[in-house]
Amino acid sequence: MSYDRNHVVLSVRDLSVSYQARRGQVQAVHKVSFDLHAGETLALIGESGCGKSTLNLALIRQLPKNATTTGQGLFYTYRDGRQVNVLDFSGRDMRRFLWSECAMVFQGALNSLNPVIRISDMVYDTAKAHDIGRDDARRRALKLFEQVRLDPERVFRSYPHELSGGMRQRVLLALSLLLRPQVVIMDEPTTAVDILTQRSILDVLKQLRAELNFSVIFISHDLAVAAEIADTVATMYAGEIVEIGPVNDVFYSSRHAYTLSLLNAAPRLSVGREELMSIPGSPPDLIEPPLGCKFHERCAYAHQLCRQSSPPLVGYGEQHRAACYESERVFADAQNTRKVSAV
Amino acid sequence: MTPIVSLQQVERDFVKDRQSIRVLQDINLSIEPNEVICLVGESGCGKTTTGKILAGLLPPSRGTLEIDGRPLSSYVGKEARLIRRQFQIVHQDPFASLNPAHTIGDILSFPLRRHRLVSGTAALQRRIWELLTMVDLTPPGDIVNKYPHQLSGGQRQRVSIARALTVNPRLIVADEAVSMVDVSIRISLLKMLQNLRQQLGLAIVFITHDLALAKYFAWEGRIAVMYLGRIVEIGRTPDVIMNPAHPYTRALLAAVPEADPELTRHKRAMTLRSDEIPRLTAVPPGCAFHPRCPYFQPGICESKLPPLRQAPDFMHQVACSPHHSGSLPLDADALNKI
Repeated sequence: MSYDRNHVVLSVRDLSVSYQARRGQVQAVHKVSFDLHAGETLALIGESGCGKSTLNLALIRQLPKNATTTGQGLFYTYRDGRQVNVLDFSGRDMRRFLWSECAMVFQGALNSLNPVIRISDMVYDTAKAHDIGRDDARRRALKLFEQVRLDPERVFRSYPHELSGGMRQRVLLALSLLLRPQVVIMDEPTTAVDILTQRSILDVLKQLRAELNFSVIFISHDLAVAAEIADTVATMYAGEIVEIGPVNDVFYSSRHAYTLSLLNAAPRLSVGREELMSIPGSPPDLIEPPLGCKFHERCAYAHQLCRQSSPPLVGYGEQHRAACYESERVFADAQNTRKVSAV
Repeated sequence: MTPIVSLQQVERDFVKDRQSIRVLQDINLSIEPNEVICLVGESGCGKTTTGKILAGLLPPSRGTLEIDGRPLSSYVGKEARLIRRQFQIVHQDPFASLNPAHTIGDILSFPLRRHRLVSGTAALQRRIWELLTMVDLTPPGDIVNKYPHQLSGGQRQRVSIARALTVNPRLIVADEAVSMVDVSIRISLLKMLQNLRQQLGLAIVFITHDLALAKYFAWEGRIAVMYLGRIVEIGRTPDVIMNPAHPYTRALLAAVPEADPELTRHKRAMTLRSDEIPRLTAVPPGCAFHPRCPYFQPGICESKLPPLRQAPDFMHQVACSPHHSGSLPLDADALNKI
């Protein structure tokens, strides 16, 4: 996929989120910055507890009450060029903003659809809340259902329980696009679905993206899905983006030891016999995070400096950035081990 | 070699809303000592039910279950109890499968005491420490007095495995045992299982929906692909993965994204005739995959139930009529271009 590098839709600057817990402050997201361009798909990958879902909720300002969000801003550019800082929004502004500018597809399609109302009523409710006529909403919904390869009339009349898991996930995808948002955030949309269902969701998503050209923030722990659909991949560890760059750079020329370790732990189906490696230990405590690089306790490349000071994000080429003191050695190893096998 | 356990023409029904639903049909499967075999397939294909039958947790509705070459029913009394112990299961969710009110030491001591596998407190403690060391929960002294909630998901799954090992089993059924564990620690759990298999001579039945993981874990063993209650393809892992015969297996392999951008974006797509998985209450006649199969041959596939047997030019068994008559193209790549 190609996207417009000159047109930034969402610009996140120094975003931090902490939760108040009984033991102290949990630093769940720490100084995260990135730009999302028009038509770009950004995959945020990381393991459970790395802060990816918190970051996600912070972007749509739906965090629980015990969370504090700080940062320079979440700068959003409307289609007409107007720029706003989403962090300054009131509740009313936010309700208007959500769905029409930035939509969200949550994990677990069954829980996101109201079981006691028909899909059609969900469409009409949304339309009413955002001042769109019923007929217009109906027309748009039917068109979108067709685009996600569903039987439009049947689905429109259905209750959620009448649809299979894969169909519900596609309904959600279609509904998220109802108000033509510029940004769609998806949290693990293909987790807990079967292989062939996942395939059809991925295919539908790719097709919709090509037709409607929206931007996607895709949250996943699945490296394979990120490899397939992302333009840009960001690796998160202990609340920080430790590496971000074009998908091929991150996968074949990794610059952060954590990214490379994750890749070395992921089996590939069509690569015969493989030697895989686990990452020792477990993610750090975010109430009292370790000094220096937060990954150093589990890192095979760590040395004295990594234990003392946290590495800054350094640019490698125009779009690739990573925060790792050993990025040269990581890069060399990635080049040796992750090279594209002849396809 | 006599298989440890062997299923012959096994069927299993479940009753839902007073309707009997057949979830397993004509399963023939033998597990050799020290073997590793993966059962793969999508949800509802019967892989977990097969695993439970193999572990002795669920009796088959019809068909025979043989252990060491003798039908299960021929074991009685003490012999039956001893046999039952040799088959253990490790469940998917390590948060649900350990009692939160007991310490790890307690959890491991119950089966040891119940089956009188150790005598005396000193021997009990020695055995618990030995088990914890076997699953790499070291130092054991730090773990024995902890409660499950104080451990990470990966550590809990190790405790589950240690618990399965208390009774010296010969076969462990691992049902999606690493699905809930983070990517970075999965591999160490799988490596540990493989080491235990070699050290203790265990057989492992590994149930998963993740084909890449199945390929990695069972490279030296076998893979059985299941669809709607039947085994549709079975063979040595490299044969099944590198040279899949059944159209369903090919569809699955083609659908899986790969953790490699170039590889995954250059995969050849395979379009099915339908995305709908038929309900188990209305399994299509003939080959159950025929309504979705891109290589459907009218007059054959929907009328004749294909037996699971070796197809010409394949090293392994497949249940597909066009294969058996030699009318399906052999080369997977050539096929995908159709």
